[in-house]
Amino acid sequence: MSLAFDEYGRPFIIIKEQEQKKRVKGLEAQKANIMAGKSVARILRTSLGPKGMDKMLQSPDGDVTITNDGATILEQMEVENQIGKLMVDLSRSQDFEIGDGTTGVVVTAGALLEQAESLLDRGIHPIRVADGYELASKIAVEQLEKISTKFPLDKDNLEPLIQTCMTTLSSKIVGRCKRTLAEIAVKAVVAVADLERRDVNLDLIKLEGKVGGRLEDTELIDGIIVDKDFSHPQMPKQLEDVKIAILTCPFEPPKPKTKHKVDIDSVEKFETLRQAEKQYFDDMVQKCKDAGATLVICQWGFDDEANHLLMHRNLPAVRWVGGVELELIAIATGGRIVPRFQDLTPDKLGKAGLVRERAFGTTKDRMLSIEKCANSRAVTIFVRGGNKMVIEETKRSIHDALCVARNLIRDNGIVYGGGSAEIACSLAVEAAADKVPGVEQYAMRAFADALDAVPLALAENSGLQPIDTLTAVKAAQVKEGIPHLGIDCNDVGTNDMKKQNVFETLIGKKEQILLATQVVKMILKIDDVITPSTYE
Amino acid sequence: MAGAGGTRILQDEAVEEKGERARMASFVGAMAIADLVKTTLGPKGMDKILQSTGRGQNIMVTNDGATILKSLYVDNPAAKVLVDISKVQDDEVGDGTTSVVVLAGELLREAEKLISQKIHPMTIISGFRAAAETGRGILEKASFNNSKDKDKFRRDLLNIAMTTLSSKILSQDKEHFAELAVDAVLRLQGSGNLEAIQIIQKPGGSLQDSFLDEGFILDKRIGVGQPKRIENAKILVANTPMDTDKIKIYGARVRVDSMSKVADIEAAEKDKMRQKCDKIIQHGINCFVNRQLIYNFPEEIFADAGVMAIEHADFDGIERLALVTGGEIVSTFDDPTTVKLGHCKLIEEIMIGEDKLIHFIGVDKPEACTIVLRGASTHVLEEAERSLHDALCVLSQTVKDSRVIYGGGFPEVMMSNAIEDLARRTPGKRAMAIEAFATALRGIPSTIAENAGLDAAEIVTQLRAEHAKERSKAGVDVIRGTIGNMEELGIYESFKVKQAVLMSATEAAEMIMRVDEIIKCAPRKREGMGHGM
Repeated sequence: MSLAFDEYGRPFIIIKEQEQKKRVKGLEAQKANIMAGKSVARILRTSLGPKGMDKMLQSPDGDVTITNDGATILEQMEVENQIGKLMVDLSRSQDFEIGDGTTGVVVTAGALLEQAESLLDRGIHPIRVADGYELASKIAVEQLEKISTKFPLDKDNLEPLIQTCMTTLSSKIVGRCKRTLAEIAVKAVVAVADLERRDVNLDLIKLEGKVGGRLEDTELIDGIIVDKDFSHPQMPKQLEDVKIAILTCPFEPPKPKTKHKVDIDSVEKFETLRQAEKQYFDDMVQKCKDAGATLVICQWGFDDEANHLLMHRNLPAVRWVGGVELELIAIATGGRIVPRFQDLTPDKLGKAGLVRERAFGTTKDRMLSIEKCANSRAVTIFVRGGNKMVIEETKRSIHDALCVARNLIRDNGIVYGGGSAEIACSLAVEAAADKVPGVEQYAMRAFADALDAVPLALAENSGLQPIDTLTAVKAAQVKEGIPHLGIDCNDVGTNDMKKQNVFETLIGKKEQILLATQVVKMILKIDDVITPSTYE
Repeated sequence: MAGAGGTRILQDEAVEEKGERARMASFVGAMAIADLVKTTLGPKGMDKILQSTGRGQNIMVTNDGATILKSLYVDNPAAKVLVDISKVQDDEVGDGTTSVVVLAGELLREAEKLISQKIHPMTIISGFRAAAETGRGILEKASFNNSKDKDKFRRDLLNIAMTTLSSKILSQDKEHFAELAVDAVLRLQGSGNLEAIQIIQKPGGSLQDSFLDEGFILDKRIGVGQPKRIENAKILVANTPMDTDKIKIYGARVRVDSMSKVADIEAAEKDKMRQKCDKIIQHGINCFVNRQLIYNFPEEIFADAGVMAIEHADFDGIERLALVTGGEIVSTFDDPTTVKLGHCKLIEEIMIGEDKLIHFIGVDKPEACTIVLRGASTHVLEEAERSLHDALCVLSQTVKDSRVIYGGGFPEVMMSNAIEDLARRTPGKRAMAIEAFATALRGIPSTIAENAGLDAAEIVTQLRAEHAKERSKAGVDVIRGTIGNMEELGIYESFKVKQAVLMSATEAAEMIMRVDEIIKCAPRKREGMGHGM
């Protein structure tokens, strides 16, 4: 294998312990990598589009996830192959950046790899293929900008935004009540959006789910929901005009961080210590009271005695609230998180109009909702559904919808969906290819063919004749010069995506093409794979 | 399994199934689960024995769908979906746990036939959705609401309780238990807070001896030498250590240099306890209930003061007691004037079977009550409690949403007829799916009849014909083995339960149908599971 000889003809070893390692070189390596990338893409291919199918994934612990969100599928698949992992990363970065189109990006990358394979077979050097792809992707992005239109964003007319979210949701299991969910998503985004700066902080939108009820019962709560209940069963279940003390110190005896011992050697000391202890609890509660708080939300636990004192002095309290939730509560109510009782002052309290406990079904499950907050810019989407899997999937779907709405607020350029943008790009790249001299021309044509993969998969998943449909739409686009003709997945009867109201964000599409090209280029450049062979 | 060309993408032990095979695997798994619980459906449904794998190999006899499924170890992912919906049905409405699984299984069975005819799952799903929507509409129309008329509503509730109980072990005494359950739920006065109803199991006697008590019964003993009967009791409900009252300040310890000081400190500790007891007594109480242990020393003090002290009432007991007597759970005792004490007219020790229990009569909150279950064995009692719990859940849900519908397969046949009608009016392939939905719905009355040893096909077709008439009230009469008038037979069900069954079964079936690929990750390696699992 990797044996070399020095000038005296003695062999020496380049790779350490080479017997234990597998090595694939040259064209063979590229072929193997392409193969791996393709098979990952093939798994996702059937999940594309409104009629895409779901995948059922069983985790190592036996939990079941059912989803058709590309990023989730790949993440939970536990891919082991190195190239496969690249594809997973690809989908994840699309998820982080855009939040939608995670399936599309992998399918595009897979198609690009497939086309590259046949180019390699013809003896074209991988770098030339990569260069050609790079060129083509530029043209495609230019074309996207050209065909993109501005989305009418208006705070008073949210209808177009809702329509967009509905497109995103229609490919998921929640399609049944996409209208409701889309409205919820849009309202949530608009509530937290900073329209001046065109920015949306999605952290302010909390997705909380509870098994039971129907999907239709999903609601947008103008406030925060915490999966906790009051610390004492006899505290009032509903509070109005609440002043909240948000604490990160426990209602427990002091516990200095330095190691120490308190020695008791006489009865007097015993007595004083007892008094001090009692006083301590009393002081804690009194400090909260003095600051004017009417509700205490604490990150830590309560001692039994302290708990009763709180209850006794009419100071409802919630314990063991997680750090993230605490922060959200602080944002929503405009309060400050206070780490010591001494620091508690009236101006550090948060304010909320209504705090109440909600009970569900026949079990004893209760949740606390904090509504009508001082700063209404934190909202919660409360998801209900028949079972755990539906809820998880609904959460993912709503997250996608939220991302789409956010992207539109950030940048209101849109392109039409249903594969129409890909077809338009494909046509543009094809035309541009003829003008490029050299081998790159082939690569660009291949790129154009690869772009067709998305509309092809869409047509196939919708039960249409893929090639017939694609060629018909393509011909129509050229003939009529309209770039928004696409695949009619829902059997509406028109190919005009503008009429069907199917569109996607420009940045999302751009990112899809750029990311996919980047990853493919990276894969093509690998010509040597060294892996340790299986462990014994 | 492996990716094309021999390149492995997934881990070594991961399993990947695609397309038809995946669909097969999930359909078969889901249907197997449905078939498993199918025989427990209806008044003549059979029970299952479940033996746990844990130590002791405990045995449980039940015909509650949710309980059976919860205890199963299921490996098939699609089957897990069904187990999950059954569990949610239990949590949400309390009953219909078997029906929902059976219906989902029937839906998948019909869907499988359509898929083998090369109809795309998405087409089937859209048909199912349309059918479920129509079904719900029909269900709503067929339901009726008697909540205005108190007597009539009570009769409805009784009927619902009897229908729920008739499929359980309590069916022999269903009138008795239905009365118990309805009384208990009506006492709640619409609050639906089932916590106020306490169920105590006491082996011995017969099921018929079970009774509803208007007060509160605590399964605890009264301390030695203390009064056994108190009238006009003032109760202090507490959660405080009454064994040794430790100093809670971190790092505190006793370090002394002579024996006499040890004695001093001990005396101080004792003194502290005595003071605590005195403070408690100063509340002017004559009954003290603590969640934690009460040691002999404080017990003695209480006995001297003539206070009844009850120790080690568990957390549930304490909370309930606080709820029903109207007292608050106390942990500090410095401020006797503002503490809310609990009240009741009479506390006495009573005997049930051979056990002594403490009975609180005439509590402040009339909503609370206790149901004491008697029965031949613990298995019987456990199953009885489960059944009663189902009935209570359904009733409390019905009190909230008082719409009621006939049972015995009546709603299913009615929906199926309406859905078939919809199929006739729907153009395209979707119609086949809608028709399949109607067929699946008929699976429920057919299963009920089958379990009762009747000719299912005959009964169901008769029912169908009967329902073609206007305003029919026909359903399966299992007892006489024919079809009968559900109103006369008094077989009622809660609308909310039926609706939940329909919606979640459709949702689950849809979810399983949408899957075209199953990827099972390599199971996590566990230490110490090396051999033979």
